[in-house]
Amino acid sequence: MGAVDIQRPLRAEAPAGKPRLSKSALAENIAGYVFISPWIIGFIIIEIGPLLAALYFSLTNYDILSETKFIGLRNYEKLLFNDPLFWLSLKVTALYSVGSVSLHIIFGVLLALMLNQNLRGMAFYRTVYYLPAVVSGVAVAYMWIWVLNKEAGILNTGLGYLGIDGPNWLFSIEWVLPAFVAISLWNLGGGMVLYLAALQGVPTQLYEAAEIDGAGWWPRTWHVTIPLISPVIFFNFIIGIIGSFQVFTAAYVITQGGPANSTLFYVLYLYRNAFENFKMGYASALAWVLFLVIMALTVLSFRVSGRWVYYEGQLR
Amino acid sequence: MSVRTMTGTTLVERRRRRPLWIVIRPIVSHAVIIAGGLIMMVPFFWMISTSLKQEWEAFQIPPQWIPSELVWSNYQRAVFDYFNFVRYGANTLTITIGVLIGRLISASMVAFGFARVRFIGRNVLFILVLSTLMIPDQVTIIPLFILFKEAGWLNTFLPLIVPAWLGGGAFFIFLLRQFIMTINPELDDAARIDGCGWFGIYTRIILPLVTPALAAVAIFSFLGTWNDFFHPLIFLRSNELFTLAIGLHFYTSAASASTRPETTVVMAGSTLIMIPPLLLFFFAQRYFIQGIVFSGIKG
Repeated sequence: MGAVDIQRPLRAEAPAGKPRLSKSALAENIAGYVFISPWIIGFIIIEIGPLLAALYFSLTNYDILSETKFIGLRNYEKLLFNDPLFWLSLKVTALYSVGSVSLHIIFGVLLALMLNQNLRGMAFYRTVYYLPAVVSGVAVAYMWIWVLNKEAGILNTGLGYLGIDGPNWLFSIEWVLPAFVAISLWNLGGGMVLYLAALQGVPTQLYEAAEIDGAGWWPRTWHVTIPLISPVIFFNFIIGIIGSFQVFTAAYVITQGGPANSTLFYVLYLYRNAFENFKMGYASALAWVLFLVIMALTVLSFRVSGRWVYYEGQLR
Repeated sequence: MSVRTMTGTTLVERRRRRPLWIVIRPIVSHAVIIAGGLIMMVPFFWMISTSLKQEWEAFQIPPQWIPSELVWSNYQRAVFDYFNFVRYGANTLTITIGVLIGRLISASMVAFGFARVRFIGRNVLFILVLSTLMIPDQVTIIPLFILFKEAGWLNTFLPLIVPAWLGGGAFFIFLLRQFIMTINPELDDAARIDGCGWFGIYTRIILPLVTPALAAVAIFSFLGTWNDFFHPLIFLRSNELFTLAIGLHFYTSAASASTRPETTVVMAGSTLIMIPPLLLFFFAQRYFIQGIVFSGIKG
């Protein structure tokens, strides 16, 4: 960038006044819009249109069966003041989000540090840890139901070797969310790959300099490595939060929201309102709240990120 | 951990201690990594082991790690008796490929437009592309459902395939655009001198050079559609249109125990569904990592 800016003043100044499009510039403009036209159509039909339509539906009692009427903010009023399940689903999702995202970051970075060593067989190990990130969905859900089975499951068998009497994971109000967090941790490899790439981008001189200053492993990691990979940690953080607010398949297949609604994830609640009870208006209000929550979390994260995310080449 | 030996020791001391640590450190690392790796593999192992057991053996307590005899007929029953696996597999493949082609074409076109062509409003529109990453599918699903219902598309593959042809998703546009930006623009100029128009530059210069990125897009797209449960659940109704994921769930959650497949058969079905993604990963690992790294780091 800098180099280009220096060149600029050497060129002749463009004539003042309203810039007019030359023939080739006009052609280029047309070409540009032709190339991006699929996205423009998609943006209108499957993104912004439905988003606004959902906002409109959220102000109605739309339920497919009865006549649709405009009811103002009544859906939102009900949701905020008269629907304990809404708050419960938010709580379930937030608890899961905090547990899953924080553990993903801690273990993901640790794992990447482990796998960043110069050892024989590292490529193979990385493959092994990444493997679970490739599969997902219903098949994985059934696999976990069986792994977490109280008596015949392999997890409690393993805990039994250690003398621990494992709980009935998926049917226990206290243990079911931790079980979901554990299931999500199985996918550690996805984030790990990003951390690995970031670690490989850390200049070795910095480590050498730190070592000459007498810094051991921990100070080197904490003061050199972590700040330098913080943009990737931040990226994973945002993706993780957004992802945790979209959990559906696991909750729908593994526990159907139970026991006693303790895995009533937000999107599961939304799905039930919309496609099981056909309360489309109310579900649209839920959808908009989800949208606002995700937007607020994203914007907030970017605001706060300046304080602790280090971007190389950035002036402080 | 013993790494702390490095801390605060003088150079002389460190030199003295080094040999022992140099021998031990890789051994400790290998041990920890292998232990963790085995734990990661246990769920897979357990699923496959169960899929080869007799039903009574699957519920035996304490559980057996290895089946006493390998019951391959569980797979046969999963494919032919309980689930219409061949049909569901063909449906899943149709949707997956339909999405894949649409996404490759439209996302690469759009990415090319944003990366290479200068037009009024380009930056603003690109910010709009990125901001749609914040709109989860679940937020727009109700109006889309109504839209597709009005269009008479419910219970067809169209609601699952057509959206991918309209830009292919912000994430993929972003990934491809970043990749295209790394290609030297002088190539475009050279092609233009040789008489190429914009479309020629896109098809003859850019597309061949971004094949690694296209491969990454193809892989992610394949996995996303293959594993998708939410959208087919909402848009597909009749049994003969089910995808593998929906079919497996439909039968396994069936109310009557007589039509419900046994646990061993469900595990066999789950294993079969996971095989294509795993195969894809093994054969295309390079593109995988490249794509992930490219979208995450260079962004």
